[in-house]
Amino acid sequence: MAIGIDTAALPELTTNELARYSRHLILPEVGTEGQRRLKAARVLCVGTGGLGAPLSFYLAAAGIGTLGLVDFDVVDESNLQRQIIHSTADVGRKKIDSAADKLLALNPALNLIKHETMLTSANALDILKDYDIVADGTDNFPTRYLVNDACVLLGKPNAYGSIFRFEGQASVFATEQGPCYRCLYPEPPPPGLVPSCAEGGVLGILPGLVGVIQATEVIKLILGKGESLAGRLLLVDSLNMRFRELKLRKNPDCPVCGPNRTITKLIDYQQFCGLTPEPAQPAAEKNGIPQITVKELKQRIDDGENLQIIDVREPFEYDIANIGAKLIPQNDVPNRLAEIDRDREVIVHCKAGGRSQKIAELLKQAGYAQVVNVAGGILAWADQIDPTMKKY
Amino acid sequence: MKIFIPTPLRPFAGGQDTVEVTAATVADALAALTAAHADLRKHLFTPEGKLRAFVNLYLNDEDVRYLPEKEATPVTEKDTLTIIPSIAGGRA
Repeated sequence: MAIGIDTAALPELTTNELARYSRHLILPEVGTEGQRRLKAARVLCVGTGGLGAPLSFYLAAAGIGTLGLVDFDVVDESNLQRQIIHSTADVGRKKIDSAADKLLALNPALNLIKHETMLTSANALDILKDYDIVADGTDNFPTRYLVNDACVLLGKPNAYGSIFRFEGQASVFATEQGPCYRCLYPEPPPPGLVPSCAEGGVLGILPGLVGVIQATEVIKLILGKGESLAGRLLLVDSLNMRFRELKLRKNPDCPVCGPNRTITKLIDYQQFCGLTPEPAQPAAEKNGIPQITVKELKQRIDDGENLQIIDVREPFEYDIANIGAKLIPQNDVPNRLAEIDRDREVIVHCKAGGRSQKIAELLKQAGYAQVVNVAGGILAWADQIDPTMKKY
Repeated sequence: MKIFIPTPLRPFAGGQDTVEVTAATVADALAALTAAHADLRKHLFTPEGKLRAFVNLYLNDEDVRYLPEKEATPVTEKDTLTIIPSIAGGRA
């Protein structure tokens, strides 16, 4: 299957390009025509992080003519464990600039277009419309649904990859005959159920593996050769090095790509995923649980109050940095309720405030009358109270 | 038969990546799984007992919702069930 590239109007290859891509030209599956198709192609890479790094590198190496990058983030040291397009000297720089520099160094002929913005319902159709294929390297559910819906509405295939810890998924969505992301997952998980890489961790090599699979699929679609992953879900288990394939079908009731589609324009994806926008002032209460700031907590400790503070992180996190609270990892809490005094106020904290909020709600449901969540968690403590504290 | 447990759900299955159950149908296999690991139930099923929409269930390589008998499909020792939840990690 190939995407619609006008073969009559394919650009010629320069002498330089004939030399650079000689290993492609020798391949029957590529040849001069294939390389000219790659040169004519316009691909949009959403995200220049874990997946976007290998993805964009290999697309630039392959001779893609126009590569668009979407990213509004800044390089952080913790990115360098896997986002190999950025280097130590780039820490603090905009990812889009860092990525652009390396891609142009690899392939100066690349027509590189920067979209330094967050992709939203307001701009997605406008940004995507000038590309032939989209490669989704984002890290959150609202954007995945946004990219999917925009691709289906515009008729652009979406080379999909996603990762979690050491497992990955890859497929091609939104081809004419094939399923879209919503055919597989009509609804997102409730917020907080699937941790982000910052909370769940990720094996650094994993996005490398999955990102290159995505790049491979993009190239195959452009060349019109081989069998794409459309209609298949590739499951990658890097820990046991097993690859499995599951059949994906177009959902006849799919609201966005089915014959009786109900979605004909982009929606509010934050709301769809159950995420309300962050309020400008930190909320005093969330889901019935009072929130305490780290400043307030510090004040109460300094006042000499005898506080019951529970830390629901994992032991290795406690070893890195802690505020001396009682450690009960989140999954152990239901079995260790006897250790949490029902008759006293319980103050719960974690790294950033997400896990502790969930545990606070669990305790409240288990009958604890006074439960409080530390908004911002130990990261906020490191920022505002103790700058010598190690951050991770 | 084997049930493959995806990474995000392993903490609720005692950390295991596969669970062995004896069952006659897909539905029986899921019941056996959640009987052995009660914490899994709320992640897999709604309070009304339906499979959650962000969880996909595969019998071998076929999505159970597209099988003619769906969860009533009979299974043998050699079949496998795979639970696939949606994951979104990519950039950060």
